[in-house]
Amino acid sequence: MATEALHENETLASLKSEAESLKGKLEEERAKLHDVELHQVAERVEALGQFVMKTRRTLKGHGNKVLCMDWCKDKRRIVSSSQDGKVIVWDSFTTNKEHAVTMPCTWVMACANAPSGCAIACGGLDNKCSVYPLTFDKNENMAAKKKSVAMHTNYLSACSFTNSDMQILTASGDGTCALWDVESGQLLQSFHGHGADVLCLDLAPSETGNTFVSGGCDKKAMVWDMRSGQCVQAFETHESDINSVRYYPSGDAFASGSDDATCRLYDLRADREVAIYSKESIIFGASSVDFSLSGRLLFAGYNDYTINVWDVLKGSRVSILFGHENRVSTLRVSPDGTAFCSGSWDHTLRVWA
Amino acid sequence: MIEDIITKMQDDKTGGVPIRTVKSFLSKIPSVVTGTDVVQWLMKNLSIEDPVEAIHLGSLIAAQGYIFPISDHVLTMKDDGTFYRFQAPYFWPSNCWEPENTDYAIYLCKRTMQNKARLELADYEAENLARLQRAFARKWEFIFMQAEAQVKIDRKKDKTERKILDSQERAFWDVHRPVPGCVNTTEMDIRKCRRLKNPQKVKKSVYGVTEESQAQSPVHVLSQPIRKTTKEDIRKQITFLNTQIDRHCLKMSKVAESLIAYTEQYMEYDPLITPAEPSNPWISDDVALWDIEMSKEPSQQRVKRWGFSFDEILKDQVGRDQFLRFLESEFSSENLRFWLAVQDLKKQPLQDVAKRVEEIWQEFLAPGAPSAINLDSHSYEITSQNVKDGGRYTFEDAQEHIYKLMKSDSYARFLRSNAYQDLLLAKKKGKSLAGKRLTGLMQSS
Repeated sequence: MATEALHENETLASLKSEAESLKGKLEEERAKLHDVELHQVAERVEALGQFVMKTRRTLKGHGNKVLCMDWCKDKRRIVSSSQDGKVIVWDSFTTNKEHAVTMPCTWVMACANAPSGCAIACGGLDNKCSVYPLTFDKNENMAAKKKSVAMHTNYLSACSFTNSDMQILTASGDGTCALWDVESGQLLQSFHGHGADVLCLDLAPSETGNTFVSGGCDKKAMVWDMRSGQCVQAFETHESDINSVRYYPSGDAFASGSDDATCRLYDLRADREVAIYSKESIIFGASSVDFSLSGRLLFAGYNDYTINVWDVLKGSRVSILFGHENRVSTLRVSPDGTAFCSGSWDHTLRVWA
Repeated sequence: MIEDIITKMQDDKTGGVPIRTVKSFLSKIPSVVTGTDVVQWLMKNLSIEDPVEAIHLGSLIAAQGYIFPISDHVLTMKDDGTFYRFQAPYFWPSNCWEPENTDYAIYLCKRTMQNKARLELADYEAENLARLQRAFARKWEFIFMQAEAQVKIDRKKDKTERKILDSQERAFWDVHRPVPGCVNTTEMDIRKCRRLKNPQKVKKSVYGVTEESQAQSPVHVLSQPIRKTTKEDIRKQITFLNTQIDRHCLKMSKVAESLIAYTEQYMEYDPLITPAEPSNPWISDDVALWDIEMSKEPSQQRVKRWGFSFDEILKDQVGRDQFLRFLESEFSSENLRFWLAVQDLKKQPLQDVAKRVEEIWQEFLAPGAPSAINLDSHSYEITSQNVKDGGRYTFEDAQEHIYKLMKSDSYARFLRSNAYQDLLLAKKKGKSLAGKRLTGLMQSS
């Protein structure tokens, strides 16, 4: 009885001020551990040599803005999706198109390859994530075997298979993320906490881990426990929407790209932002980021049509890549790190090495 | 951000670009800057070292509609004496313009009414006009009248002012109805549309034309009702913050050392930093590298990587096989097989989970199990309880124990073993000595 009365007395305002003072205390505690900057310690690291990266393949075939792409484990096949509803599977090494399917909606903002290489998942304005098995039977209509897996109440912004063909993780404009069982379409776990659209997610690269990170229009990056559905860490230093999040290869940190024209590195052990990648001359949002295999380089695609290559440790820009004729909307490094692929509103995808 | 830059550029008190009136033949060109001046300004004020970058940025600022070439419909920036003019803030993109085709029709129509060489329609504009005349055939009289009215208003203005306004108006349309082949920078990312600055969600007319049906912009999708923060939300936040405050975190110096160490260790494996051997397939068009990786004979470099962390050997199929063979020689392979079985369990479709849980229990943990693993009593208790519910995470606790056991014990011994050491030192072309050694070991024990 007494506790009930206590709760009644807690007004929204008093709770808010308690939360604010806790935030202040947390910031104080973290600041105590901030004894040095990453780029200072990295001064002793040898500088990288001159970078010559070029477009090695150009994939033409989409009739409208390319919105998303994902590599296959075989290191050469790619799935890409676009605004006009087309989803294409390419052998990007030969630039041949292997499969194509037209979705019943426009703005297919998310697509992913299954670990087995035998299926793809995609979705967008239809608020769903559908799985298509890939068949090599020329007579078979890919769209016929389509399976609707995820159902959100707003657009699908990102999807990813876990390390199995049987589970899919999704992010949506409805502010939530969710884990689904592909076979039954059942919701296994949902993740609530973002205060606005979730735009991106990335699974932790651990063999044993059960976590993933998401980024949203609430400027927050949140780390989730897949088992419990709880948010275990949160980071809020960006000044605008977070369009892309990607784990550092060891899984101890992750990078983000935002509409505030910066990319940032957050370390999970320090529970803090540890680096910021920005330049006065970069004034357009970063749409997509990914690390090279060692984590030394961060590739970031921007809305100013360029790709900036950052030295993760030193915080400096190593190279700027021109080539796309409109916004770069998606960017992923290949599974073995030999190249990275970028997709753009100029209807093309480019493989760089 | 662009607007701050553009404002600064025009501010001559703080070193903006020199805006001047240029004499030309019989007339004057008012209020212009040169491309070179803009590019130089960008380089100096935004710390850009490479003019190529400055030109690219300048072109983008032009394409967005903040500055424009006075003699070209195509909005780019050139690093030369070409003249540019600043766009009037009225026409800035931040005013959320989405001009209707009726406005565009009025504009093109009035252009044809003014007999000036500089206002002559370009080919693509003439085509657009023809198309609009067909589309608006029934209300063309209305459009014509609006155009006439606009011409009247324009005539009243001062000559120089008109030159400037005409060019700004043309530049506005170059942004919203770009030259075919040019990027339409007004296209929006649909995910961001809901939170635009235009609260009225109603299209406004450039020429003050009120339409019978003032269309609601299709781009402004109905936004979600904003959920108010509840007391419960804040309570959850407070719990979360308290957990974070209690969290044990590492010092930045330690974190920096760790990140640097990891990156330095893997840099030789990073094909975009250390050229791959024999070659990077994307650069050489030769897939030899991938063929080598597919073969069962691991390279020295690959074998070395297994020693970096326990996860590395678990990630690599060939490494796992080698480790399994080693464990078999020590009669402790059940640990790895259990770990792999639990990994596999988590990949199963929901309907198959219960069955697999039972199978794993029988094989590894039940009394008299054929591949009994060694768990401490506490862990065993927890697991046997979990088995009753048979879910994907039934064996999490047990798996973690076995993982730690393998990592500190078997994995460490594997790295010291002859089997591993031979692979590490074996020449790439030589036959795998490890295979022979292992069988030798098994026979002798």
